[in-house]
Amino acid sequence: MSWALVLEQTLNGLQYGVMLFLMAAGLTLVFGIMNLVNLAHGSLYMVGAYLAAAFAQWSGSFVLGVALALPATLLVGIAVEVTALRTLYERDHLDQVLATFGLILFFNELIAIVWGRAAIYTSVPPILGGHFPILPGVPYPTYRAGIILVGVAVSVLLWCLVTRTRLGMRIRAGASNRTMVSALGVNVRLLYTLVFGLGAALAGLAGAMAGPIYAVQPGMGEAILIQVFVVIVIGGIGSIRGAMVGAIVVGMADTLGRAFLKPMLATVISPPAADKAGPALASMLIYLLMAAVLFFRPEGLFPARSRS
Amino acid sequence: MRTKTRAALVGLLAALVAFPAAAETVKIGFITTLSGPQGAIGEHMKNSVELALDHLGRKLGGLDVEVIYGDDQVKPDVGKQLADEMLKKHKVHFVSGVIWSNVMLAVAPTVTGAGTFMIGTNAGPHELAGKMCHEMFFTTSWQNDQTPEAMGKYMQDQNLTDVYAMAPNYAAGKDMIAGFKRYFKNKVVAEVYTQLGQQDYQAEISQLRAANPKAVFVFYPGGMGIQFLKQYAQAGLRGQIPLYSVYTVDEISLPAVKEAALGQFETRYWSPDLKNDANQKYVADFRKKYGKMPVFYGAQSYDGILLIDSAIRAVKGDLTNKKGMIAAMRRADYKSTRGPYSYNTNHFPIENFYLLKAVQSPDGDFAMQIQRTVFESHKDAYAAECPMKW
Repeated sequence: MSWALVLEQTLNGLQYGVMLFLMAAGLTLVFGIMNLVNLAHGSLYMVGAYLAAAFAQWSGSFVLGVALALPATLLVGIAVEVTALRTLYERDHLDQVLATFGLILFFNELIAIVWGRAAIYTSVPPILGGHFPILPGVPYPTYRAGIILVGVAVSVLLWCLVTRTRLGMRIRAGASNRTMVSALGVNVRLLYTLVFGLGAALAGLAGAMAGPIYAVQPGMGEAILIQVFVVIVIGGIGSIRGAMVGAIVVGMADTLGRAFLKPMLATVISPPAADKAGPALASMLIYLLMAAVLFFRPEGLFPARSRS
Repeated sequence: MRTKTRAALVGLLAALVAFPAAAETVKIGFITTLSGPQGAIGEHMKNSVELALDHLGRKLGGLDVEVIYGDDQVKPDVGKQLADEMLKKHKVHFVSGVIWSNVMLAVAPTVTGAGTFMIGTNAGPHELAGKMCHEMFFTTSWQNDQTPEAMGKYMQDQNLTDVYAMAPNYAAGKDMIAGFKRYFKNKVVAEVYTQLGQQDYQAEISQLRAANPKAVFVFYPGGMGIQFLKQYAQAGLRGQIPLYSVYTVDEISLPAVKEAALGQFETRYWSPDLKNDANQKYVADFRKKYGKMPVFYGAQSYDGILLIDSAIRAVKGDLTNKKGMIAAMRRADYKSTRGPYSYNTNHFPIENFYLLKAVQSPDGDFAMQIQRTVFESHKDAYAAECPMKW
C-alpha cells in the first residue's frame, strides 16, 4: 500500500463526499426548515442530469448544458413545491412520505416517456475527459478534480449565503423556530418556496455533474438517495454544517472502506476469509457508522438548534 | 318470427358446441420487466415478440394467437404471481420470457408443475440445466456459465495472464467468475466483488491500477456497466490495460457509452451482424419498425415465438398433444436468428459462441462486430446432472 494510492483514494473519497453534500444540503434544509420528508429529492437529481444532457446536446457545450440545467431544475423544484407539496406541510410525515414517493414514480415515468427507458448518452468535453498526474506516475481523472473544485466552491457560496446574508439568517431562524419566524412577519410561504428551489437547484447541479460518470437513466436518483439520508442523519437534520461534515465522513468511509478494508483484514484474518468479509463489511460501513452516531448522539453530530 | 329466432339461436348454439377447435386461440403469457431502468430490456423483448408475430402473419401453427404481457418488476414474488395469474385466469398454453435468474427459479417450477410449457428466453440458472431440468422447460438462450466460459477460453487461447476479475457481489457475479475460471487456467491476480447496483467504481479502479494487471475481466450488466466503462475510460486505463467483459456492452448500453466502449471485447452466442437469412431479416425489420438496433434479449424472444410456432405446426394445432410438441421442440426445427442449433438433453441449446468487439463504423455508428468463433457447438457444464433421457 503506497502513499500515492492512499492520497488518490482520499481524493476519491473527497469527490464522493462533495457530490453527496450537494444533495444533502438541499434535503437537510427542506427537512429542517419545512419539516418535510422529501423522498423525491433524488428525482430532482435525475431531472438535473437529463436536462443537462439535453441542453448539452442542443447547445453543443457541456458547460452551457450544466449552466442551463441549474435554473431549469430550480424552476421544476418551485413548480413541484407550489403544485404538490404546499398542502403537505401541515400533514404528518407518513402522508409526506406517501406523496413524495408518488412523485418519484411520476418523475420516473415522465422521464421514461420523454427520453425512453434506456440510459442516454452524456459526453464530457475533451479537456475534461482526460487525466493529469497528481503525483509523478499517478494520473487522476480531470473531471473528478473538476467536481471537487465545483463542490468546494458551491459549499463556500452556500456558507456565505447562510451565514452572511439576510436570507441565510431567515433560513437559520426557520430551522430553529418556524413559529417565531412567521410571528415576526417573515413571509414563510415564500421562504419555503425559495429554500425548496435552492435545494432543487443543488440536487440538479449534482445530477448534471453526475451525468458523465454515472448512467443517466430513470430511477438513477433513488440509488444515491439512501446514502444522502445517511449523511443528513449523521450530520444532524437541518444543519448545513452537519451535512458538510456528514458528507465528507460518509464519502471517505465508503471509499476508503472499499479500497483498504480487504487488505487490512487480510493482515488480521486469513486472506480467503478477508476476501469474503471485506466486500460485505465495506458495503455495511456507512450504515454501521450511522448506527454508532445515532447511539452516541441521537440528534446527529451538528443538530440544528433545537425547536421548542 | 318466433320460430325463426329460435332456429337461429339453436343454430348459434350448435355452432358453439360443434366447432370449438376452429375458434381455438393459442395463449402465451410473456413475463418480462417493463418498468424501471431495466424496462428497456423488456421493451426490446416485447417488440421482438410482436415482430415475430408479424412475420408469422399473426398466427402460430395456423392458430390465432393472444399474448398476455406481464411486468415482473425484477421481483421473483411478482413473477410467480404473474405466472399463477396466467395459468389460472388466462389459462395460457405457454409461458415465455423471464430475464432474471432469480425470477426464473420462481416462475419455471410453477409453470412446469402445472403441466404447462415454459419457454425461457433469457435466464439460464444452472439449477434448471442440472438437477431441476424438466421436459416442459425449454430455453432459446443459454446456460449462464456458457458466455463467461467462452471469454475464459479466448483469453486462455491468447495466453493472457495476471488477469484482474471484477463482478457485483451476488449469485450471478460469482457464477460468472466461476464459469470464466473453468476455461481460464492462467493466473488471476485478484477477484474483486463490488456492491450490486454500485454507481461509483473510482476507488476500485485506483486499486486496479495500483495492482497493474495485464488484462481485466468484468461482468457488469445494465447501468453498472455504463458507469464502469465511463469511469474506466476517464481514468485513462482504456488503451492501457485491455478490458474483456460479458453482458456489459450490448446494443442497449452501447448508445449510452459510445467511445468509452470502443475496442471492448465481449463473448456472445449472437450478434446483429451474424450472417444468416433469418437474422438479417430480423435485424432489418426490427430497425425499420422500431428505429433502433435489436439486442440479444430480443433475438432470443423472437426465437421463442418461432420455436412455439414450430411445435404447434408439428402437432397440427392440437394443443393437447404435449408429447408431440416436446418431440418437435427438441428438434429445434425453425429458422433461428443464431443459425441452426440443437438441444442438449436438458433442453438447453448446444450453440456457437463468438468473440465480439465494439467498433465504430465509417458513418459514426457504434456497433458490436463478430471477430471470430470461440466455441463451436458448445455444451453447458450441467447437462450431466439432468436425469432426463431422450
